Amino acid sequence: MSSPPVHLPNEPQITPELVAEHGLAPDEYQRILQILGRTPNMVELGIFSAMWSEHCSYKSSRVWLKKLPTSAPWVIQGPGENAGVIDIGDGQAAIFKMESHNHPSFIEPYQGAATGVGGILRDVFTMGARPIANLNALRFGDPAHPKTRHLIAGVVAGIGGYGNCMGIPTVGGETNFHRAYNENILVNAMTVGVARTDRIFYSTAAGVGNPVVYVGSKTGRDGIHGAAMASAEFGDDTESKRPTVQVGDPFVEKLLLEACLELMATDAIIAIQDMGAAGLTSSSFEMAGKGGLGVEIVLDRVPMREPGMNPYELMLSESQERMLMVLKPDRQDEARRIFEKWELDFAVIGQLTDSGRMVLRWQDDVVADIPIPPLATEAPLYERPWQATALPPVLEATAIAPPKNWRATVLQLMAAPDIASKQWIWRQYDHLIMGNTMIRPGGDAALVRVAGTKKGLAMTSDCTPRYCAAHPETGGRQAVAEAWRNITATGATPLAVTDNMNFGNPQKPEIMGQFAGAIVGMAEACKALDFPVVSGNVSLYNETEGRGILPTPVIGGVGLIRDLDRAVRISAAQSGLSVIVVGETSGWLGQSIYLREIERREDGAPPPVDLAAERRNGDFVRAQILAGAVKACHDISDGGLLVALAEVAMAGDIGLRLKLPGGLQVAPHAFLFGEDQARYVCLVEDEALFLDAAQSATVPALRLGRTGGDMLAIEDVVSVSVSSLRRAHEAWLPAYMAGEKAA
Amino acid sequence: MRAAVIVFPGINREVDVANAIEMTSGRRPAMVWHGDSELPDVDLIVIGGGFSYGDYLRCGAMAAHSPIMSEIKRRAAKGVPVLGICNGFQIIAEAGLVPGTLMRNDHLKFVCADVHLKVETSQSLFTNRYQAGQVIKVPVAHGEGNYFVEPNMLKRLEDRGQIAFRYCTAAGELDGSGNPNGSQDNIAGVFNEAKTVLGLMPHPENAIEAQFGGSDGKALFEGLVDALS
Repeated sequence: MSSPPVHLPNEPQITPELVAEHGLAPDEYQRILQILGRTPNMVELGIFSAMWSEHCSYKSSRVWLKKLPTSAPWVIQGPGENAGVIDIGDGQAAIFKMESHNHPSFIEPYQGAATGVGGILRDVFTMGARPIANLNALRFGDPAHPKTRHLIAGVVAGIGGYGNCMGIPTVGGETNFHRAYNENILVNAMTVGVARTDRIFYSTAAGVGNPVVYVGSKTGRDGIHGAAMASAEFGDDTESKRPTVQVGDPFVEKLLLEACLELMATDAIIAIQDMGAAGLTSSSFEMAGKGGLGVEIVLDRVPMREPGMNPYELMLSESQERMLMVLKPDRQDEARRIFEKWELDFAVIGQLTDSGRMVLRWQDDVVADIPIPPLATEAPLYERPWQATALPPVLEATAIAPPKNWRATVLQLMAAPDIASKQWIWRQYDHLIMGNTMIRPGGDAALVRVAGTKKGLAMTSDCTPRYCAAHPETGGRQAVAEAWRNITATGATPLAVTDNMNFGNPQKPEIMGQFAGAIVGMAEACKALDFPVVSGNVSLYNETEGRGILPTPVIGGVGLIRDLDRAVRISAAQSGLSVIVVGETSGWLGQSIYLREIERREDGAPPPVDLAAERRNGDFVRAQILAGAVKACHDISDGGLLVALAEVAMAGDIGLRLKLPGGLQVAPHAFLFGEDQARYVCLVEDEALFLDAAQSATVPALRLGRTGGDMLAIEDVVSVSVSSLRRAHEAWLPAYMAGEKAA
Repeated sequence: MRAAVIVFPGINREVDVANAIEMTSGRRPAMVWHGDSELPDVDLIVIGGGFSYGDYLRCGAMAAHSPIMSEIKRRAAKGVPVLGICNGFQIIAEAGLVPGTLMRNDHLKFVCADVHLKVETSQSLFTNRYQAGQVIKVPVAHGEGNYFVEPNMLKRLEDRGQIAFRYCTAAGELDGSGNPNGSQDNIAGVFNEAKTVLGLMPHPENAIEAQFGGSDGKALFEGLVDALS
């Protein structure tokens, strides 16, 4: 290039302060000077700032993410694209990803959560898939914290507002509460879509001279520097960051979805990328970079929402509902007609070049000229110092008191915030649209039919942050195992995961240690369970005023069942079925809900995850389900066996007449509230056959009793009516949201 | 039965209702884009659920004034049956094809849940496969389904048998506890005077298959097929 780019009128001097305000460290700025061979102007500084933010560059996490297994024969596309892609047979693929919108949701809960849903939907339909389901994993602060109620109301309304308008069912998810999230909630949204395997669209640009086309909404001043905000800790000025939160328009996104899918049915598209974090900057860099090309953009042609916008704003805006495409030159008119029919903007804003540089023009001047490859290859990459979290001492069950009043204890647990019914939340989400939802929210995994087939996709999101805080490696392993188990409990075969790593400030060795530990645990579990990671997202700096959140590596799992007629739910409204617990119960009370809610202690080592047992037990249960030997199946997790049994009773609206097995080595409260892993409750008709099969498979299985009546009754221990369980379980959240006291 | 499903921008349950019609009639309905001036010659016009034009003004208000609505009104006046579900109900109410209006739910939140409906009459194209007084289970999914009509009109609706469905409990009681949105007199669906137009908030099209939300909605479409084939 001949002369350096011009500076804009009134452009500030690049000072160390301005560099710091852009979130760039001094040595990172030195790299910029080296790459450019000169001082950047404001536009260029903004571009580097966005591209090298933690959010876009994964500079602290990349070295660790590489340790995750990402391949399997059924994986079509692993991490690195807009979303992961797996083969689900018959020429069809499932495309899915999970992404966080934590910081925006804390600042402005409705728009933050809504645009989180919008963003993840775009990631999936960019690849050619029609989204068929949404899930969301939410973490809020202590219910007693003054902001919690307002945040829940806003986030839930925002997720519903966007997903409902788009017409995508929201079928599952999870919600936890802990004071560690008081000033930094987590909103992780997941979308699953289905595409034809021969119609998957990627973001690699090709063809020098091909047009670069902008479609969707106009660009406004919203969300400028959202990626940088998402990569910083919150301080006292958090509230003043509201202008960096984007505003969503689900109606436009619905039009964009239909227009893109209509265009994708033709072969006009060479590459496509949604404008998410860092908007036009990251989408254009990624497309050109992956294709080994350059790109020239005339910014005057970008559709603008308001007059007076400048190149800096245009490049960094995170206005929603926008896409960037490379089209075949002779198909432009066809594409334009489709977008005009849907009343969306369509603008050819530039073309691909062979220069390997991004050149931006504005009012006939060059306003940025950056070589593309170094932005990726020279991007900062940190091997941050880390300190492993030591495994806490194991708490012996004998050291933990039994309930003073069993019935009251059971009811108290059913109403505990982490266990209480989340119906208040999912009733606000359209979970039935499309008519394919077989297992609705409130079960283990949701189960959604692939339209026009007998196949179903099971999907779930899981993480137990208290285990991760106690020992990240065990917690990482457990999150993967629980997702795998939830899918298995429907009869589906778990296939792949998307992960959403939510952690604190990676510059603190203990936080980086949490991250490293979680990855190691996840990697082991994913390998052992043939459950590779195909997409994901990292959200760091989730702290406020120096305190980190609980480490929260959320696992979004997807599985496949070929014949939905064989799938089972968590319960069956049928008397006389045998109630059997599969898996070993040692009575592990460390880090249990019982310990936290009843004894008010968050203590001890979390339950160990024996991956071989997990695999053996799960494969056995799934085979039994598919053979038709199991009428219902429920995974055992938070709250242990007794909570799982109560959930079975409530879901089937049927009593359980049970008796503790003879010769138990553990105290009843440890047996019933312990959170040992790799366990399921199965309802079966032919008990002898099932127990024999378990024995031959060397899978532990114990008979507890039968379904019948209207009480959950365990002989000599506790007896409580199913209706009072339901009252306790369903009353807490609505009462809390209506303004009653937290606990 | 030849049916047309009208597609406005932002409508999102058009496929659900088209599937329900195809499953019961064996014939895929024509999907008619709102901008097309020609409405095919059909036995039934359907406007399904969704958020037409984003529903940013008032639910259904924009669609009610779109060009194709004039044609739909002309056909309706000639006696061509019209079915409006959810947003479709809001649109045909805005367009004056059925009386009343749909306001924000009384609890101010979107609600997606199974509800029970009491079939008020079997004497219509839409309800001939049901018994009067029968209780059926179908889902609702809306933020603005709170039906209101002024008292004189309400009396007329009752006198003329224009109320199609009311929200009730599983046992069929009309005590209000089964009402998901605060609708006046638990009204979930109403006819025009000739009972050739039905608007209802619940989604019978999502209650067609036992494993996917139950099958109590199927009879509505089967009844239409009987009456219009």
